[in-house]
Amino acid sequence: MTATALPSQHTATRSRGGAFGNALGKLKKLFFPVAPTYLFMIIPAIVLFTFFIIYPMVQGMFWSFTNYVGYGTWHFIGLANYQAAFSDPTIRDSYGFTLLFAVVACILTNAVAMSLAIALNAKIRWRAGFRTIFFIPMVLSGLVVSYIFTFIIGTSIPIIAGVIHFAPLESDILANQHTAWLGIVFVASWVAIPGALIIFLAGLVSIPSEVYEAASIDGASAWKQFQKMTFPLLFPFFIINTILTFKSFLNVYDICVGLTGGGPGTATTSVAQTIFSGFFSGDYAYQMANAVIFFIITLFFALFQLSVIRRRGGSL
Amino acid sequence: MATQVTTAPTAAPRIGARRRRRMREGRVNWGLTIVVAIISLIVLVPLYFAVAMALKSPAQTGTGTGFNFPWPIHWGNFRAAWDLTNTPLAFSMSLLITVIAVTGEILVSSLAAWAIVRNWHHWQFRATFAYLMLALFIPFPVVALPQVKLMAAIGLANPFGVAILHIMFQLAFNVLLFSAYIRGIPGELEESARIDGCTTWQVYRKLVLPLLAPIAATVGIFAFLQSWNDFMMPQLITANPKWQTLPVIQYLFQDQFTTNFNVAFASYLMALVPTLIAFLIGQRWVVSGIMRGSIK
Repeated sequence: MTATALPSQHTATRSRGGAFGNALGKLKKLFFPVAPTYLFMIIPAIVLFTFFIIYPMVQGMFWSFTNYVGYGTWHFIGLANYQAAFSDPTIRDSYGFTLLFAVVACILTNAVAMSLAIALNAKIRWRAGFRTIFFIPMVLSGLVVSYIFTFIIGTSIPIIAGVIHFAPLESDILANQHTAWLGIVFVASWVAIPGALIIFLAGLVSIPSEVYEAASIDGASAWKQFQKMTFPLLFPFFIINTILTFKSFLNVYDICVGLTGGGPGTATTSVAQTIFSGFFSGDYAYQMANAVIFFIITLFFALFQLSVIRRRGGSL
Repeated sequence: MATQVTTAPTAAPRIGARRRRRMREGRVNWGLTIVVAIISLIVLVPLYFAVAMALKSPAQTGTGTGFNFPWPIHWGNFRAAWDLTNTPLAFSMSLLITVIAVTGEILVSSLAAWAIVRNWHHWQFRATFAYLMLALFIPFPVVALPQVKLMAAIGLANPFGVAILHIMFQLAFNVLLFSAYIRGIPGELEESARIDGCTTWQVYRKLVLPLLAPIAATVGIFAFLQSWNDFMMPQLITANPKWQTLPVIQYLFQDQFTTNFNVAFASYLMALVPTLIAFLIGQRWVVSGIMRGSIK
């Protein structure tokens, strides 16, 4: 370790010891011209990341052009998997459900989280206690929460609705293929709201209270204050939340498994669930093509996210 | 304090101070407090429901809504769930994965981020950074099919494999958090430590790592919540059902639970309580940690 370089000498440092051959040393100098210690810090991350994420990614893309079923022989079939995927109603429905769910849950989560953040930032009694209560769902397992709600939505609520004669909830909404997705929206939002709430609260704290005092003295109504001050100041946090929640909702899985198992029929089968069916149904290569399509959609949203963040000059 | 003494020297000073503070903060908005209290029932009622169900016998539940108060309290469900699902083993597996993931995420990503930031003037390190950021665009479902095969082929279809994948999938986000934080630490500190004879490792261990504590706490909290509550990866990666985590166990025992919902709820509760207690104890940390992570 005596040869460890001072930061100002990085480029001049040559690899130490005879372990590296001359040619190897040159190669190393080309790719990582710094003290070996830094390489020990960074190379494990690169190697593991390549092996565990990039390698399966490339492998999956490769299989998507074949008829591989997970074992045995295979041959290339070009774009046939992709063509079939685009005309497959199961896959199309899973995208329809997932996108509809993600958009609605994203709107609901953000609207509720923003209203709650404003209420929890106002002059209410037991503010810290209420905040604690509203943060709780964040730390709970989505799957277990779904199981609890399955019973409440499927058994308890219909009984209560029957007593007060509220027709829409008298039967289990999760057992109806047209309404089951609403239950998933509700539970997914229930779990996701605290995360968004924390971000909105962080945003509200950064607004100085003098601004509001000045506005009330000038006679601005509460709604005007929200419209002209709170919302514009919260807007960057609104963007962050929209992106974060939308991305996680696109990968929805455990809440569908817990609430409906993807049913009734395939009404609430998410894209992730459809892809995983490739393990069991001999559709290995076919579902890999679906995964690549899903990747391209995710990539599209991620690039959109980056461009939005860059425009407002953030660092994330 | 000085003004308070001069204005209210005769009255009881503590009451005076409190009243003055109240006045400065303005009146409590009781209307809004009631609204918030009612909305908080959306969180509290399901939790009460889970507890009430877990403390009842099937006869007490009957064909009712399940909201009735559990009396007399029936503790036997916890014992039954504990034995049926082998809770201690599942708990140990969740704990094992979480501990490895939290430690691994902090170490691997802080080392990588530090090496990258301090060598930013070399294109190789900038390229490495961009390469690692690819993971931001790759969610687990996209690579799941080949990845499960890969883990099985190299003998990692077990909790260790799950923990490694947790570290890998969070790598990009964690490197991002760490590198943003490290950029704010002046390099002169490290240089002076080197002049005093520290090697690069010693600089990292004795100087950089302690300075990274706040952001490491953020990364650790995210890692804890994600690893403890994850269902997708352990379910698909771990081959042997015996080595499954707490959430997956709830899934695997669904068929047996349908005959006795009260045992099921006892089991759900045991799966939820560890994070709930951890959160209630370390709430201030968790919330400020997440705020730090989200604003960066």
